[in-house]
Amino acid sequence: MAKTILEMRGITKTFPGVKALQDVNLSVQEGEIHAIVGENGAGKSTLMKVLSGVYPHGSYEGEIHFDGQECRFNGIHDSERVGIVIIHQELALVPLLSITENIFLGNEQAKFGVIDWHSARSRAKKLLARVGLSENPDTLITNIGVGKQQLVEIAKALSKEVRLLILDEPTASLSEKDSQALLDLLLEFKRQGMTAILISHKLNEVKKVADRVTVIRDGRTIETMDRDDVSEDRIITSMVGRTMDDRYPTRTPKIGETIFEVKDWVVHHPLHPDRQIIKGINLSVRKGEVVGIAGLMGAGRTEFAMSVFGRSYGTKVSGEVLLHGKPADTTTVEKAVAAGLAYATEDRKTYGLNLIDHIKHNVTIANLPGVSSKAGVIDDMSELKVAKDFRKRTNIRSSSVYQVTGNLSGGNQQKVVLSKWLFSNPDVLILDEPTRGIDVGAKYEIYTIINKLADEGKGILVISSEMPELLGICDRIYVLNEGRIVGELAGHEASQEKIMRAIVRGEEKAAS
Amino acid sequence: MTTETVTPAEAAPARQSMRDALKENLREYGLVLALIVIMVFFQVMTNGILFLPVNLTNVVLQNSYIIVMALGMLLVIVAGHIDLSVGSVAGFVGAVAAVLMVDYGWNPLLAAAACIAVGAVIGGAQGYFIAYMKIPSFIVTLAGMLVFKGLLLALLGGRSVGPFPTEFQLLSAGFIPDLIGRWTIVAPTLNASGNPIPNTGIALHSTTMVIGVLVVALMFYLATRTRRAQERHGHETEPFGLFLVKNAIMAVIIMFLMYKFASYRGLPNVLIVMGLLTALFVFITKRMTFGRRIFAMGGNIKAAALSGIKTERLTFYVFVIMGMLAALAGLIYAARLNQATPKAGAGMELDVIAAVFVGGASAMGGVGEVAGAVIGAFIMGVMNNGMGIMGINIDWQQVIKGLVLLGAVAFDLYNKKKA
Repeated sequence: MAKTILEMRGITKTFPGVKALQDVNLSVQEGEIHAIVGENGAGKSTLMKVLSGVYPHGSYEGEIHFDGQECRFNGIHDSERVGIVIIHQELALVPLLSITENIFLGNEQAKFGVIDWHSARSRAKKLLARVGLSENPDTLITNIGVGKQQLVEIAKALSKEVRLLILDEPTASLSEKDSQALLDLLLEFKRQGMTAILISHKLNEVKKVADRVTVIRDGRTIETMDRDDVSEDRIITSMVGRTMDDRYPTRTPKIGETIFEVKDWVVHHPLHPDRQIIKGINLSVRKGEVVGIAGLMGAGRTEFAMSVFGRSYGTKVSGEVLLHGKPADTTTVEKAVAAGLAYATEDRKTYGLNLIDHIKHNVTIANLPGVSSKAGVIDDMSELKVAKDFRKRTNIRSSSVYQVTGNLSGGNQQKVVLSKWLFSNPDVLILDEPTRGIDVGAKYEIYTIINKLADEGKGILVISSEMPELLGICDRIYVLNEGRIVGELAGHEASQEKIMRAIVRGEEKAAS
Repeated sequence: MTTETVTPAEAAPARQSMRDALKENLREYGLVLALIVIMVFFQVMTNGILFLPVNLTNVVLQNSYIIVMALGMLLVIVAGHIDLSVGSVAGFVGAVAAVLMVDYGWNPLLAAAACIAVGAVIGGAQGYFIAYMKIPSFIVTLAGMLVFKGLLLALLGGRSVGPFPTEFQLLSAGFIPDLIGRWTIVAPTLNASGNPIPNTGIALHSTTMVIGVLVVALMFYLATRTRRAQERHGHETEPFGLFLVKNAIMAVIIMFLMYKFASYRGLPNVLIVMGLLTALFVFITKRMTFGRRIFAMGGNIKAAALSGIKTERLTFYVFVIMGMLAALAGLIYAARLNQATPKAGAGMELDVIAAVFVGGASAMGGVGEVAGAVIGAFIMGVMNNGMGIMGINIDWQQVIKGLVLLGAVAFDLYNKKKA
């Protein structure tokens, strides 16, 4: 029997008005990978903040024992000193500093405040080798992809002589391939004897690497199961508190004529105009149809969508957009919206919402004329009505429409973004990673909204990195790789293997 | 799967609880309260001079150009920018006005219109570099500050130009005409020879009082109309008692000030200009798509652009408006001094920016209120005035104003964190 390295007992954490954690117990054994799963807002992040000292001792009830000692952390520094290192979902790297500088940020290789760059570089190189990165340590963070950035974060954690590594949604923004590499790395660390806590939404990952799984729901620990008892169904049941027969709502598609077509779409990189990012894409969406775009990170999916939507990405864009069979002008966002197009971004915090403003203002901003007179005077009452209607329709959970969007959970933020675009009343919606970083329950709600929109006769284009999601909701799937469409599959005959094969072979054109 | 969580608002009553409403109002009217406290403080410290009608009139005249510019600066700051050039631009435009009217004998109205146009062009030029060339506004307007300070010196060649035609002086020195005639409440005391002794008795500028009553009536009408509309649409309304008390207090304050003005020479012309402009800017920011888009842009410019807002054009217009208001402020200032001087406008930008921040705007953009900026300007103005009367040295006045600015913003942030 392995020894218990971490024991959290009876943790209760109260915020004004809410009990975020209630009598949570967690015990982690030395050398295991312990997964914590739960819906967004279940309390996983709060628990990790208690553990890492972000919420200092005394601001919560309960005890933390690490390595047999009771710990009373007063800040991140205290927890790092005993070897507990947390890597947050949002990467904490400085883009314009080098890999070396980032690895030793706050932990500089210095004597009397003077940094020894030689030893820093060589240590950085060793650390990079351990995480399987062959980059030059002088490379700036901004010049490497998200997948590699995640690895740099891990290298940074390793530099602190970590004994317990906590990863909060490490693969949320990684492609399938990078995610696999990361998980393999985690398993490799385990073989070397490191203990890790993995917080994840992705149940297949949990199943792949975790030795034990603890489920948290509504601020309480529901159960901890061993590897052999773990099944997706059981985890989901625990997470949502009831059996979920199907993760995707069913729908009988009623598909009509083609309403959206893109022909010979070519886009060049905004900074390197001779580099083609999109190399001649042709695709179409029909009325009432949900069409998916699959592909790896960097395949050009977002770039394609944004360039179509008001030339928001790229230079030297050429090609034709047709709506209802007629050429449409989508050269500015305003014109694209007027033509009946909407694009809900993959990055709702950066591109989707005004986080310091409330729901009402966010919902109407893309269609202010819809609640204003011709002279540009907003009608308060009709705006309020619109906001309230959409809050109900998309089931946004908030105290009122006057809640600031920055305080909403990811799933509810996504619903605000959707509401905003639904209010602009588009014929075609492009949804870029509509369920990224949101919990199973909210995902289901989003899928339901998508289905309803399709039933209303809208055309929907879904970009997603989660293949099961595409397979679950799409009537047809395009596979994109390196700026080209390399496959087109009908929903009922598509499978993860077929999509991957299309990507790998590149040239294969699936019959459909 | 359907969610089991009950949406809280569905069960919520259509009436806010008294506690919530009070809390919300306290935050909203905190600034007004601060202004009143400061005024009462100086009223006591100056032995009652602050509230003398002639002094209150002075406070308005002294701060009018700051407030006019604060309106534009609020838009600039909410949009996520800053404008350091407004003082220099105001000084420069005042000099242009002087040259046109005094040296070339232009008609004052024509000259004023030309000056506002010059302000628009200056704002547009700076706005072009900021919006389309993407040069940070701090740098562009810092350059503008130097350029227009220099042009002011070059234009005046070291001399002061004045005096202005009398019609033009009325902008800052004039009062609205008393159409109805003075209204004697208490007859002045007569001296031995039967002539009235000056400064005795109360004779009110009746037009001012009538305007005061009209403003209060309009306020009540608008408030009631909004409330009705809220009720009709089934939205939350604040408790009726609070609604009544709040508006009654505002009415008393307005009538008190009107009474003060009326017992001197009535409302200054420039106060009317300020009042109308403030109302216009409140309307623009609260009710118009143009204003809403500025807030959206300041809150998250990328999201705004992807929502179909033409962020470049919007930024450009914000600076055009700022330029026009700086020009108007320059005219008011020149008319008040009755000459254009080479030092006009120096340092004004700092008072304007301070007023906006004291008024609760965020330096990050996206947050701010027109009413807040105006009250912020008055807070700084009353402090200037009160400390002046008390005879506090100008050096210590600066120190105190600096600390008040820092304290106000710190207090605001502390409150927001707590909430």
